[in-house]
Amino acid sequence: MWEYTDKVREHFLNPRNVGSLDDANAIGEVGSLACGDALKLYLKIEDDRIVDAKFQTFGCASAIASSSALTELIKGMTVEEALKLTNRDIAEFLGGLPKEKMHCSVMGQEALEAAIRNWRGEPAVEHAHEGQLVCKCFGVTDEQIVRAIRENNLKTVEEITHYTKAGGGCGECVGELQKLLDAELGKAPLCETPLAAAPKKLTNVQRMQLVMKVLEGEIRPRLQQDGGDIELVDMDGSTVYVALRGMCTSCPSSRLTLEGFVEKTLREHVDENIVVKEAAA
Amino acid sequence: MNTVYFDNNATTRVDPAVLAAMLPYFGELYGNPSSMHTFGGQVGRAVREAREQVARLIGAAPEEIVFTSCGTEGDNTAIRAALAAQPEKKHIITTRVEHPAVLSLSQHLEKNGYELTLLGVDDKGRMDLDELREAIRKDTAIVSIMFANNETGTIFPVAEAAAICKERGVPFHTDAVQAVGKLAIDVRELPVDYLVLSGHKLHAPKGVGALYVRRGAAFRPFLRGGHQERGRRGGTENVPAIIGLGVACDLAAANMAEENTRVRALRDRLESGLLAAIPDAIINGDRDNRLPNTSNISFKYVEGEAILLLLDQLGVCASSGSACTSGSLEPSHVLRAMGVPFTYAHGSIRFSLSRFNTVEEVDHVVRELPRVIARLREMSPFRAGSEAEAALKKPACSC
Repeated sequence: MWEYTDKVREHFLNPRNVGSLDDANAIGEVGSLACGDALKLYLKIEDDRIVDAKFQTFGCASAIASSSALTELIKGMTVEEALKLTNRDIAEFLGGLPKEKMHCSVMGQEALEAAIRNWRGEPAVEHAHEGQLVCKCFGVTDEQIVRAIRENNLKTVEEITHYTKAGGGCGECVGELQKLLDAELGKAPLCETPLAAAPKKLTNVQRMQLVMKVLEGEIRPRLQQDGGDIELVDMDGSTVYVALRGMCTSCPSSRLTLEGFVEKTLREHVDENIVVKEAAA
Repeated sequence: MNTVYFDNNATTRVDPAVLAAMLPYFGELYGNPSSMHTFGGQVGRAVREAREQVARLIGAAPEEIVFTSCGTEGDNTAIRAALAAQPEKKHIITTRVEHPAVLSLSQHLEKNGYELTLLGVDDKGRMDLDELREAIRKDTAIVSIMFANNETGTIFPVAEAAAICKERGVPFHTDAVQAVGKLAIDVRELPVDYLVLSGHKLHAPKGVGALYVRRGAAFRPFLRGGHQERGRRGGTENVPAIIGLGVACDLAAANMAEENTRVRALRDRLESGLLAAIPDAIINGDRDNRLPNTSNISFKYVEGEAILLLLDQLGVCASSGSACTSGSLEPSHVLRAMGVPFTYAHGSIRFSLSRFNTVEEVDHVVRELPRVIARLREMSPFRAGSEAEAALKKPACSC
C-alpha cells in the first residue's frame, strides 16, 4: 500500500474542480488510456489571468490528487506566474508524494503548459516532436528527461523513472538514461556534486576520471566562452599535461590561465598536489 | 465498519481451530522436536502427525513431505534441486504467467547460464500443451507449470503436462499454492515430481509451507544444516506453524467439496451482480475452468488503484493488476501475457473469496462498487466513444 499523506488522500477523496469547463479558452491534454494515466485540463483565462480551472483525470489516487492540487494552485495566477509552477510545487502542496509517484506531479505541470500553449494559439506541440524519443514504452523524450533531472536534482536512473516513467517499461532505454544523467551531472555546478566531497586518497584511475570530469564540466566551458579550449594529453601521478587550443594558443595570458585557473580548479576539486603543465608540442 | 475481506489469494484468515491447535506450541510445549528427551519427543510426535495430515490432503506419503517456510522457498528448492541433480542440462521451461517465485527465479537462472523457454497463454490464460511438447529438448532440466493462476484463477492442465514430461523423462514441478485446499489434488494420479503448497493460502498461518517430493525424484537441499526433514531442509522446525498447517489441511480435506460449492456460488453472485450493474466490464480468465473463489474483472476507463482505495473506504479489501499497484509502471504480467488490452488491464480488480465470506458481503460489494466505478468514470476524460480521440494523443505504450 502506498504511503500517501493525509492531504493526498483528502484531495483524492474530495477532489476540487472536477469536470469540464464549457467556456474554457485553454485546454491541455497529456497521457493516454494505454499508459495508465491521463489528464485533461480546462482553463478560463481573462486578461492574462487564470480565472477558472477544471480537470478530468484517469489514473491512480496520486494522479487525481495532483490534478486537484494543480487546479487549486493556479486559480488566480497570471499566465506568467503559472508558467513558473513546477512539478515540485504540486508535490509540496500535497505534503509530498511517494517517490514512485512523482510522475503524477510532472503530468500536472505538462498539462498546464499544454493548456497555455493552446491558449496562445501555438500548435499543441507534442513532446515527441520536441526532442528525441528515448523511452518508447511511455513516449518520453530526452528533453523531458533532462528537464526532470535539472528541476528535481535527480541523481539516479531510478529517480528518472519515478519522475518521468522513462525506463519503467521494457527497460531498454536504461543505458541511454544513464548517459543523459551522466552528462547532466557532469555539467552541474561542482559545489553541488559529490565531486566536491571527493575522497582524499584516489587511485590513479579515479584521479584521472576526476580530472577529466572537472575539465569537461568546469574548465572547458569557461575557456570556450572566451574562444579557447583545452585538452588533456597525459597524466603522471599528480602532474597533469594539457594542451591549450583555440584562442588560448595565441593568448598572452595563457600561463596565467594554466596556473591561475586550470590548476587552481583541479586542486580544489581533485587533489591539492595537482600540478598542471603544458604538454610539449 | 466491518471489513469485507475479498483478498484471499493474497492471504487468508487463520481458521480459529488452527489457531487453537497452535497455541500450546507457543506456550508450554516448546520442546525441540529433534531432542532425545520425552519433553521434545512429544513435540516431534505432533510434527509427525502434521506431516501425515498434509500428506493426506494431497495423497502423498508422509516421508514425501518437506516442511518449508513459504511457497517461494518450496519453488526455489524444487527447481534448484532438479537443476543441481542434472548439471549437464541447461534448459528450463515455464510459463509467462507464473508467480514471481518461479518466474523471477527462472529469469535469474537465465542470466546465469540457463536457457529459458516461457510458454505463452491465450486470451483466457490457457496454455497450449502442443507448445509444451515442442519446447521440450534433450537438455531440458525442469518444466514448471503452475496449478492455477493467482490473478485470474485459470486452472492449468497439470496432469496432462506432467504426463508429457514423464514420458520424455523431464522432471516436472508445479506451484500449487493457489490450488491446494481449493481443488482436489491427488499426487497418486498426478505424475508430478515436485508440488508446492503454502500454509497461509489455506487458513494456516504465514511462514510455513510444504514441498512434496515424489519418492525417487532427484533432491538436493536448499538449506543445508541439521538433519531435520530427513536431511532435506536444515533448520529447527517452525513447530507451531507446522501444527497449524496440519490442522488446516485436515479442515480443507473435510470441507473442500461443500465449501467450494458455497464459495463458487458467492463468487458467481458477485460476478453476475457486478456485470449486470456496470457497463464496459469484462471477466479476465477462463470462466469455464477457474478456481471457485477467484474473480478478476476489468473496468474500462478507470484505474485500479483508485478503485481499490475507494473500496478501502468502504471496508472492502481486494487487489488490482494495474500498473499503479504493481510497484512498477506496467500492468500485471499475467494480463499482458493474455493480451488483455492496456485499457482494460489498468482497471482490473481481483476479488478472491473464502469460506469465511457471506452473501451479505457479496451484496454489499455489488451495491457499492457500481457507485465507485461511476464516480471515477465521471472524473475520467475517457468514456465510451472517446477512445479513438484518446489514441491520437500520445504514442501508445508498445511494450
